[in-house]
Amino acid sequence: MALQSPKSGHVTSVGGLDRRRFLEGAVLVGGVATAGGALAALTGCTVPDDTPAGPGGALRLGMAGGSTSDVLDPRTFLDWVPINIGYQLMNGLVEIDGEGTARPELLEDWESPAVTEWIFKVRRDVLFHNGKSLDADDVIYSINLHRGDTRSPTKAVLENVLEVRKLDASRIKITLAAGDADLPATLSDYRLLVVPDGFTDWANPIGTGGYRLENFEPGVRCITRKAGQYWKPNAAHVEAIEIIVINDPVARVNALISGQVDVINRIDGRTANLMKRNARFQVVRSQTGQYAVLAMNCESDPYRNNDIRLALKYAIDRANIVKTVLNGYGTVGNDQPIPPGNRYFDASLAPHAYDPDRARFYLKKAGVERLSVTLQASEAAFSGALDVGVLFQAAAARAGIALEVRREPADGYWTNVYQKAPFCASYSDGRTTVEGALSKAYRSTSSTNDTNWRRPAFDQLANQARAETDPARRRELYGACQQMIAEDGGALIPMFMDHIEAGSQRVKGWRPSAIFDMMGQRLGEKVWLQS
Amino acid sequence: MTRLLAERAALGLLTLLAVSALLFFGTNLLPGDVASALLGQEATPEALHNIRVALGLDQPAWLRYLHWLGGALHGDFGTSLTSARSVGAQVLPRLGNTLVLAALAALVSVPLAVGLGLLSAMREGGILDRLISMLSLVTISVPEFFVGYVLTLVFAVQLGWLPSLAVMHGGMGFGERLAAIALPVATLVIVVLAHMLRMTRSALLSVMSAPYIEMAFLKGLPRSTVVLRHALPNAAAPIIAVVALNLGYLVVGVVVVEAVFVYPGAGQLMVDAVSKRDLPVVQACGLVFAATYVGLNTMADMLAIIVNPRLRRPR
Amino acid sequence: MSVPVPAPTNPDAGSRPGLGPSARVRTRLRPPVSALIGAGIVIVMVAAIILAPWIAPYAESQFIGGVWDPPGAASWLGTDNLGRDMLTRLMYGGRNTVGIAAVTTAIAVVLGTALGFIAATVGGWVDNVMSRCIDILLSIPVLISALMVLSVLGSSVPVLIGTIGLLEATRVYLVARAVARTIAVQEFVAVARLRGEGLAWIIGREILPNALPPLIAEAGLRFCFVVLFIASLGFLGLGIQPPAADWGSMVRENAQAINFALLAPLYPAAAIAALTIGVNLVVDWLLSMYARPSGHALEL
Repeated sequence: MALQSPKSGHVTSVGGLDRRRFLEGAVLVGGVATAGGALAALTGCTVPDDTPAGPGGALRLGMAGGSTSDVLDPRTFLDWVPINIGYQLMNGLVEIDGEGTARPELLEDWESPAVTEWIFKVRRDVLFHNGKSLDADDVIYSINLHRGDTRSPTKAVLENVLEVRKLDASRIKITLAAGDADLPATLSDYRLLVVPDGFTDWANPIGTGGYRLENFEPGVRCITRKAGQYWKPNAAHVEAIEIIVINDPVARVNALISGQVDVINRIDGRTANLMKRNARFQVVRSQTGQYAVLAMNCESDPYRNNDIRLALKYAIDRANIVKTVLNGYGTVGNDQPIPPGNRYFDASLAPHAYDPDRARFYLKKAGVERLSVTLQASEAAFSGALDVGVLFQAAAARAGIALEVRREPADGYWTNVYQKAPFCASYSDGRTTVEGALSKAYRSTSSTNDTNWRRPAFDQLANQARAETDPARRRELYGACQQMIAEDGGALIPMFMDHIEAGSQRVKGWRPSAIFDMMGQRLGEKVWLQS
Repeated sequence: MTRLLAERAALGLLTLLAVSALLFFGTNLLPGDVASALLGQEATPEALHNIRVALGLDQPAWLRYLHWLGGALHGDFGTSLTSARSVGAQVLPRLGNTLVLAALAALVSVPLAVGLGLLSAMREGGILDRLISMLSLVTISVPEFFVGYVLTLVFAVQLGWLPSLAVMHGGMGFGERLAAIALPVATLVIVVLAHMLRMTRSALLSVMSAPYIEMAFLKGLPRSTVVLRHALPNAAAPIIAVVALNLGYLVVGVVVVEAVFVYPGAGQLMVDAVSKRDLPVVQACGLVFAATYVGLNTMADMLAIIVNPRLRRPR
Repeated sequence: MSVPVPAPTNPDAGSRPGLGPSARVRTRLRPPVSALIGAGIVIVMVAAIILAPWIAPYAESQFIGGVWDPPGAASWLGTDNLGRDMLTRLMYGGRNTVGIAAVTTAIAVVLGTALGFIAATVGGWVDNVMSRCIDILLSIPVLISALMVLSVLGSSVPVLIGTIGLLEATRVYLVARAVARTIAVQEFVAVARLRGEGLAWIIGREILPNALPPLIAEAGLRFCFVVLFIASLGFLGLGIQPPAADWGSMVRENAQAINFALLAPLYPAAAIAALTIGVNLVVDWLLSMYARPSGHALEL
C-alpha cells in the first residue's frame, strides 16, 4: 500500500523500482560496496612486506613518547620514540655506562692539554650504512648542526664551545670559553648523533648504527633491520627491532601481558609491583635523577620573600607523595637538582621534612598569618602532577596555607603556563653532569631559568667547580652550590622519579641505566632474545 | 531532486570554506604556535625564532590563510609544518584507515540496531524488550575507552583470542587483519548501537498507535507486514537522522578508540596536528570531516524524501 | 466513529492539538514496575547527592587510606587512586556530574529542539542556512571545538555548561528537525497554516505534542552523552578542577586498576549506568503512554 499525499500527486516509484524495493536494493548495494571496499583495503596495503626475522629474532618495543609529527632529524628529538630510533640507526659521540661514567663511542679517546682545550680522537674503520668511512669532517658537521643558527635545543648545552676544529682526518680539537672538566660527558647529549658530512635527507637517515631503517610511520610504528657488520663488539644481537607507539598506559600494559610486545616503557609504580609478581615478566628500574619541580618565580610576590619559599618547602609531605604517587619508586627530593646517587651529592644537607610548625614559623617571620597561593599544574608537567598538587593542598592546609590547585589544559602548557605562571609544576630529566643540571635552570644567564633565581655568587661557585679537576675540592664546591639552591632557591623539588620499564623474561642483557630508561635508549642494540 | 542535490552541493562547498576558515583562525587563537608546540619545555628564544622563520610564520594570519586557500583550490594542500611531508601523503592513508574502520562498524551496528529496535518495538513490554533495553543502556553509559579496555582485557589478555593492538603490516593474511581490527570494531559497535536502537524503538512506538495501523491489523495483515510496510516508513525520519549522526561520529569522533588500540586513523592525526599547531594538516582533516557530515546529512535528507515523498515539497 | 482519544502522530486525524497524553493517562493509572524502579533509582541517587554534605562518611577530599584499598569497615567501597573514600567521592562527584549534566542537557535539548523545529517548519533557505551552520559545528571534532572555546574563555563551570550545551544542541537539532519535517508536511499542519496561525502556534500546538516521543527518548540518552563528554574533557585537562570529583573523570583516574583486576573504576561507571538506566526507564514509561502495543483491540 502506498502512502501518498493527494496533494503532491507524486508517484512513489523511483525510476521504475517501487520505493521499498529501491530501499532494499540500496541497502544491499551499499552493504556489498562497503564490505568490498573494506575487504580491498584490508587485503591491499601500502606497507612493504616484512620477511620473517633471522636467527636473532625480532624485538618488539611498545613505547610511549611518539607522535605523528616525529621526524628523524636529531635536531628535533624531544621524545623517547624518535630518540630510540636515532640510537638504532646512528651512534653518539660518547656513551654513558651503567655507573654514570663517560665511555668512548664514536670518539675513541680524549685528552685535555689545557682546561679550555680538548682533543678527541675519532674512531677508525667505522662505516656508514652507505659505505662511507667515518672521519673528522662527519663528526664536526654533526656537532655543528647544533651550533650557530639552529633550532636545536642542544645549542644551549654547547654554548660554552668556542670552536670545533679539524686537526687531521681522525682528530678534532674543541676550544671552550670557560673550563669544563666534564666535556666528554656533556657530549653524550642524545641529539649529538653522527651523520655523514653535509647530510640533509632526514626521510632516509644514514648512520653508523647497528640497524638500518626499513619502515617508519610516525606516531604508529617503526621497523629497523640489522645492517650487517657492526663496528661495536658484542652489540646488535637481534635481527630486527619494531617499535609500536602506545601512548595509552592501560593499552601498553595490555600489549605486554597479551604478548604483542616484548618490552614496554613508562610504567608507574603500582604496575611495576603487579608485573613483578608475574614470573613471565621482569621489571627494570633506573634511577637517573629525573625530578619533579614546583617552580616559584622569585621575582613575583609572594615568592620574592625567601621565608615564604621556605614555608612552602616545609609544608609539603614528601615521603607521603613518594609513597602514594610513585608507590615508592622514587626518592625524596630536597629542593636541589642533584640526586642522592650522584658522586657529588652532598649528604650533609639538612632534609626539608614535612614540618607544619616550622612552616608556620617562617610564615610568621614573613609577617603573614595565613597564606593563599595557587599552584598551576597539568599532567603535561609530569605524570602525577595533579595528584602531587592535591596531596600538597591537604598537607599545606595544616600549616595555615590555603593552596589552590589549578588544572591547566595540557595543550599549550609549556607555552602558556611554564615560565609564565608564578607557581607551576614542571619536571627535569637527569643530566649526565652536575654542570648540566645546574646550567639548565640555576645559572643567572640561562634562558630556561624557570624560577628567575639569579645569584652572581652562585654563578661564580658553579664556574669554579666546573673547571676544578681535584675531586675533593670539586665535591666541596658542588656541595656549596646544592646548599645555596636548597636554602635560597625557588625550586621546590619534592621527589626524584625513577624510570620503570617492564618486559618478557625472554629479553636478556637488560640493565638499568644511569641517564634515562631503556638502557639510555640503546636497548635495541644491547639485548638479545632467549629462544 | 537534482535541483535539490545541486543546491546542497553548492551550499556544501560554502560549508567547507567556512569550516576551513573557522579551524584556521580558531587554531591560531590557541596559545602558542607550531614552534613552541614542537619545542615544548626546551623552547629557547633563538630556537623558536629559527623555526618560525623557516616555516614562514612571520607572515600575518590572514595572508597565510589566503595562500593556503589559493593552493587548496588547485588541489595542493601544502606541506605539513612539522614533518615537511606533503599533506596529501600524510592524510590520505590515515583517512583510508578511518573509513575502513567506520565502514565495518557501520556494517555491523546499523542492521543490528535497527533490527533489534524493531524487535523491541514489536514486543514492547516483553522480556526481550526489557533485556535489550537494559543491555543497550548499560553499554551506552560506559565511556568508550573503558569499553575498549574491558574488551581487551577479556579477549586479548585473558582469553588470548585476539591481539590487543590493531597494528597491521604487509605480509599479514586477511584473517590476521580481520583479527587485528576486530576489537576496535567491536568497541565502536557497542558504543553506537544503543542510540540507534532506542531511537528506532521510540520512533516506531510513537507511530504504532495511529489509526491506520489499527486499520492494517483489522484488515488481517500479519504483524511483520504492518511494521515494515506501514509503520517503518513513517517513523523513518528520526531513525535516519540518528543513523547519520552516528555514522558521522564513526568517521570524525573516534580518537579515543584509535588511541587505545593504536589504530592509525584520521582522528588521532587531527588531534596531534592541533596540539602541534600544524595548520595545513588541521585544515585538510577538517575539510574531510566537513565533507563527511555534509555528505551524510544530504544523503539522510534524500533518503527521508524517498521514504516519505511528502517531504519533497515541505510546504 | 468517534474515537475519544486521538493518536498524537496520526497523519489523518485532523488537528486535535489539545487532547494529548492526559487522556491516555486515564487508561493507565498504575505505572509499570520498571518505571517505579527507574524512578526509585533516580530519586535515591538525587537524594544521596543532595544530602552528601550531611550523610557522606568523610569530607570530599579526605585521605583515609592507601591506594585502591579493598572494601572494609572504614571504607565500604574501598579507596580511590589517591587513598580517598570511594563512596564519599561518588556522592560528592554526583553533585558535579548530575548538576552540570542536567543543566547542560536541558540547554542542549531546548536549544536543539527549538532550532530544529524552526528549520523544519519554515523550510526554504532558512532551513538550508541553519543546517549548513550546524554542519560546520558538527564537522569539527567535539574535543577540538571544546578545546578551542575553553582555552580562550577559560574552563569555569558556566563556560563549560554553555560550550557543551551548544555542541550537544547540534546533535539534538538533527533529530528534532527530522521529526518535525515529517509532521510539518501533514494535512493538519497545512490546515493550520491556511487558517493563518503563526509560527509559534504551529510549533507549540501542532508539532511539539506530536514530536514528543522520539524527542523524549533523545533527551534521555543525551543526558548520558553529556556525562561522558565531561569525562572525556578530562583527557585534555579541561573540565572540573581537582580535587572536585566527577563520575566520568573518576572512571578515567581509576581506569588503570583494571589491569590489577580491581573494581575501583567500576563504581563510578556503575553509578553512571544506574542513573542512565533509571532515567531511561522513566522515559520508556512516558513513551508507552503514547503508544499501544501492536495487536491490541481498538479502544472505543
